[in-house]
Amino acid sequence: MKVMQKTLLATAMAATMAITGSANAAGLSDDKVKIGVLVDMGGVYADICGQGCVEAVKMAVEDFGGSVLGKPIEVVSADTQLKPDIGSAIARQWIEQEQVDVINGAVASSVTGAVTKVASDAKKITLIAASASHAFTTKACTPYNAHWTYDVVSLANGTVKPIVQSGKKKWFFVTADYAFGHALESVATGVIKENGGEVVGGVKAPLGTTDFSSYMLQAQASGADVIALANAGTDMVNSLKTAAEFGVTETADVAGLLVFTPNAQALDPNVAGGMKLTTGFYWDMDDETRAWSKRYMARMDNKIPAMPHAGAYSSTMHYLKAVQAAGTDDSDAVMAKMKETPVEDFFSRNGYLRADGRMVHDMLQVRIKKADERANGDDIFAIEQVIKGDDAFLPLSKGGCEFAMAKN
Amino acid sequence: MNKKLTIALLGVALVAPLAIYPVFLMKILCFALFACAFNLLLGFAGLLSFGHAVFLGTGGYITGHLMLNYSVTPEIGIIAGVICAGLIGFVYGKLAVRREGIYFAMITLALAQLAFFFYLQAPFTGGEDGLQGVPRGNLFGVIDLEDNMTMYYFVLAIFSAGFWLIHRCVHSPFGQILKAIRENEPRAISLGYKVEQYKLLAFVLSASLAGLAGSTKALVFQLASLTDVHWFMSGEVVLMTLLGGMGTIWGPVIGATTVVGMQNMLASGPLANYIHVVMGVVFVICVLAFRNGIVGELQKLVKKNF
Repeated sequence: MKVMQKTLLATAMAATMAITGSANAAGLSDDKVKIGVLVDMGGVYADICGQGCVEAVKMAVEDFGGSVLGKPIEVVSADTQLKPDIGSAIARQWIEQEQVDVINGAVASSVTGAVTKVASDAKKITLIAASASHAFTTKACTPYNAHWTYDVVSLANGTVKPIVQSGKKKWFFVTADYAFGHALESVATGVIKENGGEVVGGVKAPLGTTDFSSYMLQAQASGADVIALANAGTDMVNSLKTAAEFGVTETADVAGLLVFTPNAQALDPNVAGGMKLTTGFYWDMDDETRAWSKRYMARMDNKIPAMPHAGAYSSTMHYLKAVQAAGTDDSDAVMAKMKETPVEDFFSRNGYLRADGRMVHDMLQVRIKKADERANGDDIFAIEQVIKGDDAFLPLSKGGCEFAMAKN
Repeated sequence: MNKKLTIALLGVALVAPLAIYPVFLMKILCFALFACAFNLLLGFAGLLSFGHAVFLGTGGYITGHLMLNYSVTPEIGIIAGVICAGLIGFVYGKLAVRREGIYFAMITLALAQLAFFFYLQAPFTGGEDGLQGVPRGNLFGVIDLEDNMTMYYFVLAIFSAGFWLIHRCVHSPFGQILKAIRENEPRAISLGYKVEQYKLLAFVLSASLAGLAGSTKALVFQLASLTDVHWFMSGEVVLMTLLGGMGTIWGPVIGATTVVGMQNMLASGPLANYIHVVMGVVFVICVLAFRNGIVGELQKLVKKNF
């Protein structure tokens, strides 16, 4: 009798496993693909990845046809308020309760760090469109991270290296005091030292600082040739404005290490004109980018897109195509497809998703146009140079992402 | 306290995770414990602390740090968090109970801000990033808490223990003296009570229990962050307590449930960008229209009609 029971149990288990196994191999987990977009709606990064990122993801879904493998694609979004605890709680609820299959957006490295931990524990993919820390594909890498748009290494390589090589050796940092700022400062410091420069000082300002005057006076007193702004969004705009008001820009160069197009637009061209920086995307680069940007602007009150918006669209599209090709929304199968298919669209040129989750693509070195060069209000950057993806990003072998290096 | 009601509520709490998302319930329990701890001080001793977030956050950071770096078991992590919160409570209490009213509130706020900036800068807290990926660990080295259901019953046990302790305190001679101090401090002094010592003890108890809530919360969310030490959090607990009914045993629980529930519902609705406005309006209505809070008004209603 006992033996019989055991056999029955074993058969039942085998049958269950076979059923669930085949369900995983083909088809979708819950008859739909649900994309959760985590953004900042009202904080310092709202212009960079707020409603714009949500719209960009929705555009990608519409362009894809609204359904994949015959099932609908759903988009949900939420505001993280740039707080890691809120972001991770939302991600947890989405995954455990609301059958969200993939998370996009992910603005601010501090929030993204917490979110990717929750997501990768549950074996869900995070498409990081708007965070800069390179930790997500190096020491904190997981098989479920896809870091899309840019990172601190590509920014530092593109912006810092040419300035040091031009003979400006003494640097001072004004750094945003969280994961992103720290990572950017340490990577940029490495680039400066490699090229024979030195760092004469630095200050850390909390995220969302409004009064940068004391930081700028310290920067001025340091006697540096270049003041590097290792911050972003309105923080970057406010610090540059303050630098101009205190006349710091007359004695030293100011280098914005992460300048998004809308922020550059908000700056006075007489102050910011001539500044060189690195970006992953510029709307006015060629016909393809212009065509996409025009459609985006029509949906977003004529605001020009920044690189995270384009990255959010591109990553969503690539994900959906991979779901289509894999015939399932199982994260491992989809990720494998994403990594074997090249990423080539209006945003990504010569792009591919590397084993460690880094999406390597060409970056642009641009210069902010002076007032007299601008044809209209949206004419902001002049492209100086295209940086090849493999030169811009940290090589896989130097990243220290264990699972990816073990594979190769 | 009505025994039947307690048993009925416990029964509901035991089956609740079958119907409602357990992490949401755990969040409510953590904040309810935090609000109960705060209520012990405000409702029964009449002391308005405006820096209680520090104890919540301290508990979370200490537990998170120990769990992350020394892989201790969760009960050790929680006990350490409670002790640290209690110690800080002792130091802050010692300084603050010398003053009364608004000065007491201001001193606690000032001390809490000192602690906030310490945690912002201290390397072990991770600054703006917070402590991420705190493991829940194995309770007593055996019971795996990774599963939300197991974790829920663990949190429910902690909450029940904390709640029972507060209930015992309030109904003990110690609690009676606290109420006497609240009602008329000079008279309590004239009766020979060392008022400052009683206040200090209440403060330390309240801080330790707030620390307990913070430690538990850090395990639930696997994260300890600056939000928990920010003065917004100190304000939120005041709102929870006042809304539910200050000086009642169940008030803070109802208040915490209402506030957390509202935040949760509003976060995904059309009012998402106006959470703070809605909460502000609710607070104003509460203070203007029903000053005794939800439970306080209910009690009054019951007294009048039955």
